[in-house]
Amino acid sequence: MTFRQRTIPYWLLAPGLLWLVIFFVVPMYYMGELSLKTGTVQTGYELTWAFSNYSDAISQYSEQFIRSFWYAGVATFFCLLIGYPLAYAIAFKAGRWKNLMLFAVVAPFFTTYLIRTIAWKTILDDSSPVVSVIEFLGLAPQGHVLATSGAVIAGLTYNFLPFMVLPLFTALERLDRRLLEAGKDLYASTFQTFWRITLPLTMPGIIAGILLTFIPAAGDYVNATFLGGTSQSMIGNVIQSKYLVVTDYSEAAALSFTLMAIILVALLVYIKFAGTSALMGEEEEAR
Amino acid sequence: MKAWHWLRENAVMIVGLLAIAYMLIPILVIAVFSFNDPSGRFNFEWVGFTTEYWTKPFAITELTDSLLLSIRLAFFTAIGATILGTLLAIALVRYQFMGRRAANLLIVIPMATPEVVIGAALLSFFLTLNVFELGFQTLLIAHIMFSVSFVVIVVRSRLIGFDRRLEEAASDLGANAFTTFRKVTLPLIAPGVLSAAFLAFALSIDDFVISNFNSGSEVTFPLYIFGANQRGIPVQVNVIATMLFAVTVIAMLAVIIQQKRAEKAAAMRPEEVANKPAISLPV
Repeated sequence: MTFRQRTIPYWLLAPGLLWLVIFFVVPMYYMGELSLKTGTVQTGYELTWAFSNYSDAISQYSEQFIRSFWYAGVATFFCLLIGYPLAYAIAFKAGRWKNLMLFAVVAPFFTTYLIRTIAWKTILDDSSPVVSVIEFLGLAPQGHVLATSGAVIAGLTYNFLPFMVLPLFTALERLDRRLLEAGKDLYASTFQTFWRITLPLTMPGIIAGILLTFIPAAGDYVNATFLGGTSQSMIGNVIQSKYLVVTDYSEAAALSFTLMAIILVALLVYIKFAGTSALMGEEEEAR
Repeated sequence: MKAWHWLRENAVMIVGLLAIAYMLIPILVIAVFSFNDPSGRFNFEWVGFTTEYWTKPFAITELTDSLLLSIRLAFFTAIGATILGTLLAIALVRYQFMGRRAANLLIVIPMATPEVVIGAALLSFFLTLNVFELGFQTLLIAHIMFSVSFVVIVVRSRLIGFDRRLEEAASDLGANAFTTFRKVTLPLIAPGVLSAAFLAFALSIDDFVISNFNSGSEVTFPLYIFGANQRGIPVQVNVIATMLFAVTVIAMLAVIIQQKRAEKAAAMRPEEVANKPAISLPV
């Protein structure tokens, strides 16, 4: 191989990777640095290695941190609960309706995220028949659903469900059906076949779906803003208002750096076990 | 007993259809409320039917301006992200090189980062550096950044299913690397590149969180909606959202039908079937 041929991949990579380094990695560094500075917008910021920004921010907003992970966790659980049967139905039962059902799963992406969330505000409005039904079932004693944890979790579940369904569908679609037949031939019940064959073999899809749902849900502030009240605010709300409303930059940077660190650790643990391939949706590393 | 049996047989499908309804009902609500005639500033309660707002969807100047800005931004984002992402995908699928794991990681991590963190980091960067003025250019930088990874994934899946013998044939016939790329590779991966460009466009036009941090005084379509939320969202927002939905669905269906037709035409070409080798060569 000539020198020129060997350098070709680097020329192809350079523009894209440089963009990601300059506008993703370097900004992360600047945010880290800002989180250790003290000062105000008026007087300017100075690097004082103020680790107290972290302890202050975390102790003051631990409630929002915990709430974010709790909401994201519950929403992810519901996404899995709804998403697995849906993906299973599309992969195995839909027949010629398969493409139409897949289309319905991605259809919400064709309307703006904010408008979709506001549609839930309409659906869960106090005057809505849906709320009357929920009240009748005894699930909304005060007669309203908006500005409760339930509304925020319902919104998160709705908005991130496609991110759960798509990797699950891919995993189920790839499943070798002969294995299921083998299970049946060996007198396994439908449940046993599912528990011992389908579930373990689609585990990579389940984990990818959990990550793709949990991570954006934990950082979200749109659902909490539109569907929640002040006592439903998540860590994203705090970061947003500290950056954009009260301009308390260093503490805001400390908060978002902490959020990033928690998620990065989870992600690296995952990559250590599964590699990047499951997240990239690639079938083979290289030719 | 019979009903119970039927229910057991179709339980998965029933849950699936309920889930589909859950996904589609909000879209239906958006469309229905575009025909509402709200009594006050807030469009949350059904009052009466009117087509008034469909006759003047662009009557609100700030709304129309924000939509045009979003379209312009999404257009340039799609071009930029598609070029950068396609080159990355080609390098990752076609070449062996040092640092490929690191390159993969650098492409995956932005997708797995909460948007609020990306927005906050970019704002920290722009504020500290003080080189870029917050506005259209910072929006474009941010949108290209978060779209690139998605482009890579779409294009690489197309490249993986690519018959490389076609390129070898071209170079055997004396085409140089650039001509081979332009005449053989690019047309073959074009559907993947095109859908990647559409995806980047859609991601950009829909983005709220990262734009919220880096827009300066510019107002994109989602930012307009966010701002209008407190003072009441005009019915025109529902009208425009319904229009955008209809346009996207029609465009997608057109692409799918076109592809199906092309596949059918390709399948019917007799010489292709005849020339297909019985044993495919390991490449």
